[in-house]
Formats: sequence, C-alpha cells, structure tokens
Amino acid sequence: MRTSSKSLLAFFLALLAGPAPAALNIFATVPEWAALAQEIGGDRVKVFAATHGLQDPHRVEAKPSLIARARSADLVVATGAELEVGWLPLVLRESGNARIQPGRPGHFEAAQRVSMLEVPARLDRADGDVHAEGNPHIQTDPRNILKVAEALAARMTELDAANAAAYRDGLRAFAQRWQANLARWEKAAAPL
Amino acid sequence: MKHRTIAVAALALFPFAAAATDTELKLLREEVQRMKADYERRIDALEKRLAAAESAPAVAIAPAAAPQAAAAAPRAAGFNPEISLTLQGQAKSMQDIPGRTISGYWPAGDEHGGEKRGLSVDHTELSFAANIDSLFRGTARFAVVDNEIDVEEAHFATLGLGSGLALKGGRFRSEIGYINVQHPHEWDFADAPLMSKALFGAEGYRQDGLQLKWVAPTELFLQFGAEMGRGDRFPGTDRNGTGPGAGAAFAKLGGDVGASHAWQAGISYLATRAADRPAHAMDTAGPNEVTAQFSGRSRAWIADFVWKWAPDGDARDRNFKLQGEVFRRSEDGTLACSSDIGGSPCAGSLALGGYQSRQGGGYVQGVWQFVPRWRVGARYDWLGPGTRQYDDATVFAALDPGASLFSTYRPKRSSLMLDWSPSEFSRLRLQYARDTAMADVTDNQVTLQYIMSLGAHGAHKF
Repeated sequence: MRTSSKSLLAFFLALLAGPAPAALNIFATVPEWAALAQEIGGDRVKVFAATHGLQDPHRVEAKPSLIARARSADLVVATGAELEVGWLPLVLRESGNARIQPGRPGHFEAAQRVSMLEVPARLDRADGDVHAEGNPHIQTDPRNILKVAEALAARMTELDAANAAAYRDGLRAFAQRWQANLARWEKAAAPL
Repeated sequence: MKHRTIAVAALALFPFAAAATDTELKLLREEVQRMKADYERRIDALEKRLAAAESAPAVAIAPAAAPQAAAAAPRAAGFNPEISLTLQGQAKSMQDIPGRTISGYWPAGDEHGGEKRGLSVDHTELSFAANIDSLFRGTARFAVVDNEIDVEEAHFATLGLGSGLALKGGRFRSEIGYINVQHPHEWDFADAPLMSKALFGAEGYRQDGLQLKWVAPTELFLQFGAEMGRGDRFPGTDRNGTGPGAGAAFAKLGGDVGASHAWQAGISYLATRAADRPAHAMDTAGPNEVTAQFSGRSRAWIADFVWKWAPDGDARDRNFKLQGEVFRRSEDGTLACSSDIGGSPCAGSLALGGYQSRQGGGYVQGVWQFVPRWRVGARYDWLGPGTRQYDDATVFAALDPGASLFSTYRPKRSSLMLDWSPSEFSRLRLQYARDTAMADVTDNQVTLQYIMSLGAHGAHKF
C-alpha cells in the first residue's frame, strides 16, 4: 500500500512538473561512444552514431546526412587523436553549430582522458599512416572505457544539469557491470 | 600466509601426533613437500616480475622522453598554419590547334598553365589554413606557375556562428553547382568538364565577396546559400562599380539511403553583368582579326546530382560515384565590335545591335573503384548550340559568320580514365579523351598525370 501511494504521488508530481526536458542530442563518431552515451544517458539522451563498425575510419566522408545531424547536436563525442580528422572537422565547420566546436563544452574528445600509446618520435608520411598523438584506437583497451565513461558522464551533467542524478545512476550501473566484466576478461586473458 | 599458518599449526600439532601411523607421517611429508614446491614456484615468479619491473622503467623512460620531445617541437611551431603543397604535372598528347575554342560558345579567356602538349608542369598549389581565433578560420591558396602567382582563395570563415549559419568572406570558390568548388587536384579526371569551361573557364567561378549559408534543422540535409561578389570573372567583367557585380544563390539537399548509399542534389543560380566582354572574331574586310564585345546580363541555372555507393558504407575496397550536372545560361544584351585597324568596319567601335543567347549542356561521369587503390572512370560531356537572337544583317555586315561565336555545332567529348592512388596523398592517372568540342576537329587526347600532396591536407567536401 505504501509503495503504491508513493508511486501515485510521484505520478501526480510528474504531471505537475510539466513537459519533460528535451533529450540531450548526442552525435557520436563511432559506435563505441554511441553505446557508452546510451548506457549513461538512458532515455534522457538521443544518440546518433555517425559510423558503424564495418566502416574503415580512414575512408569516412563528410556526408550531407552527418552535417544535418551535427547541426542539431548538443554534444559531439569523438575519439580525437586524429582518428576522425578526415571528416569531423569539415562536418563541424559546415554544421554552423556553435555548441559543438572544439574547445566548447559540447565537444568531447575521449583520447584526452586516457594515456596514449605509441606516440611517434618522428612524423613522416613515409612511415605510412602515422597518427601524431599516438594510437587513436583507444577503445580496444577496455580499461580506457571506464575512464572515458566517467569523463563523459561529467560532461553530460555539465551540459544538462537537470538530469545529473540520472547520469550518475547510469554511470554507476554501467561501471558496476563493466568492472564485473573486466574481472572476467582479465581472468580469461591470463594465459595470453 | 594461510599456508604458513597451516604449516605452523601442522608443526605445532606434531608432538600430539607422535602416536600417528607411518602412512600419516608419509602424507604429512608429502604435504610439506608440495607446499615447499609451491612456495618456491611463487617466489620464482615474484623474482622474475621484480626483475622485469626494474628493467621496465628504462624502457618506459625512453618513450616518455620521445613524446616530450615531440610535444616540445610542435609547441614552438604550434601556431603555424596547416601548410600543404600539391604538385601536379602531366604528359599530354593532343593535336596542335592554335586558337582552340569550344564552337558556339563565348570563349572564357586565357587559362594559365592551360593545356600544353607534351611534358609540362601544372600549377603548384600552395595552401595555408588555420584558426584565426575562436570566431574565425582563415584559408589561402596560391597557384604558382612560371613567374605567376595566382591567388585562388584568400578568405576567412566563421567557426560555428550558431543556428546553422556560416559566413565566408574574401576570395573563395563559389559553391554553385557541384564541381565548381573543387580544386583541380580533387577532380576525378585530368581536366574540367566542358560545361565548366564553357560557363566559367577551366579555373572555375570565384567570388570576391561574401557568402552566407544556412543548414536547416532537419534530418535530411537541407542547405541554402547566397553569395555576392565583385563579379569580375567570366561570364562577367570587371566593371569598376561600387556595388556587388555578381549574385549567386543555391540550395542543396542530401541524405543517405541505407548504410551503403549517400546522395546530394543541388540547384544554383548565378547572375552577373558584363561590359565589353571580349572575344576574337574576324571581320568581313581583310579579313582582319577584331574583337567582338558583349555587354549585358548573364544568368545561369545549374542543377547537380551526385550519388555515392560503397558496400556497407566502407569505401576502402570498392566504391562507386555517379555525378552529373546540367546548366542553362541566358544572356541578354548588346553586341559590338572594335578594332585598331583603319580599314575594318569595326574600326574604333561599332555597335551591332541586340544579342540574346539561350544555351545549355551538361556532363555525366561515373568513377568506380574496383580494387583498393585502383579506379576507372568514364565521362560524357555535351553542349548544345542553343538559340541566339541577333540581327543577321547588321552583325554579318561587319563580322564573319564563320566565326566560332556564331557556330551551330554541337560540342561533345567522351573521356575514359584509370588512376592509381597508393595513398590518399598521391595519384597517377591515365586518361583518354575523344574531344569533338571544336567544329571539324576530332582530337584523340591521351594524358598521363601525377598529383602529389604533401603537408597537412584538410578533408575534401562530399
């Protein structure tokens, strides 16, 4: 009885609160960050993944569909470290969206939260496809995902303070499951 | 720790177990042996890890020093712009035709680094781009060839004005049509389509002015743009006015179909004016070479479409691009001719009455990458003579009707190309074209071309 009357009260309060705030519009450059943003944000965010797993990131183009999505985005979640240098700067410039330009809160680069490996000593195209800031495929290390998740949740809270509690809960739930999986993976990878 | 306590407990219990049997003693001994072996193994492992950890810092310090060195170097040059240099050259086999024109079309003027026969170097493109501050980004491009530096682009652009707006000011390539905004090194063929040469000249249309674009907040890409500029480039002329001499407007629509297809369509309009726009002609006396002049309004409509396909959106191995544009140009004004030669009917300047022309044409091209790094392409250009209205009697009293300007020929060209790009910065291209753009000339052209870029090269538009 007590729980049902509590939920009834919550329902009436929710009605009085007015229309729910518009979902945070997130433009993620790779499906990993799209999934992460979805885990943290739940139904408070609308996530768009610009590329999918079968695409070679070096051949992605600044397509009209990406420019249209970036135009309405509140937050861009990118890897950085020049992984998306072939298309993202052009999409950002063409979008005419002030919120998502580099340096603004609406621009989040995951590579800045983790320590980079294989930073080249010299930059020379004769060495092939060299990334000046290090190996940008940071999502291949599952421990990096947790660092990025914390920073991403903090950024989402900064942009959308009204849903701070929801993002904290989302992060906590994700972190718990991820830690459990990390332990399992470390055990499975021990023979390697 | 646990094992140690067990061992101690076991030892402590020993005196009480004095009465234990031999088998129990043997079991206990074996237990102790096992524990000893286990301990030794673990101590071994720990010692190995310690040795590795002690030597690791020596390895870690080296890469830590390297990023610091790498970070130190860019810091000094940190604010330098992205500089890139594009080297282009070719070997071309084509007929030697002085005064090559596109029959029936007003010539667009001299093109530097134009189409030379044999081995030649095309202009070298030097480009600089950088953010100026949090509001603006600047870009400049210079085409350098043989004692001539042509300022192709020199403009600033806003970095995210907000609300989907973008403002550009200075000299920039106009975004009317689809191929006009592309630089020659981005082309899929060794030369510009006939349509571009007829409309604007091979250099393409540039604006010295302002451009404002707006992206609509829709899921489908919808963009509107407007430009205004000095209007001193063909089909206009430099009229030394105070107001804008050319205006352009365009609308583009684009989207995806599934994961594999992306498309964009656009419609554009350019309006400008010309005052005494020159063209070579021959007069009826002599015949002497005289200058025909057009003054009046020039308006062009362009419709463009591009469709790109890649399996699952991954363009690395195979991809296909289909693109086409059509145009319609209307010119209304007056014709005149002028000459320095005393005996010419055009001596000084002679007005030849009204002149109206409605012409159109287009091109369609397809480029298919069939294996990684190799692409093959085919292009078909066509131009129609259109309709021209002028007073025959007046005009042909002074000018020779055989001139290219009055031709009713239908220029056409077919091109085939094969290119190899070992990386996105280098390209070698072999192209064959059957060029019938000039009346009574069938020119089989073969071009072998290289395009190489070095430096920080920004991304190209879709």
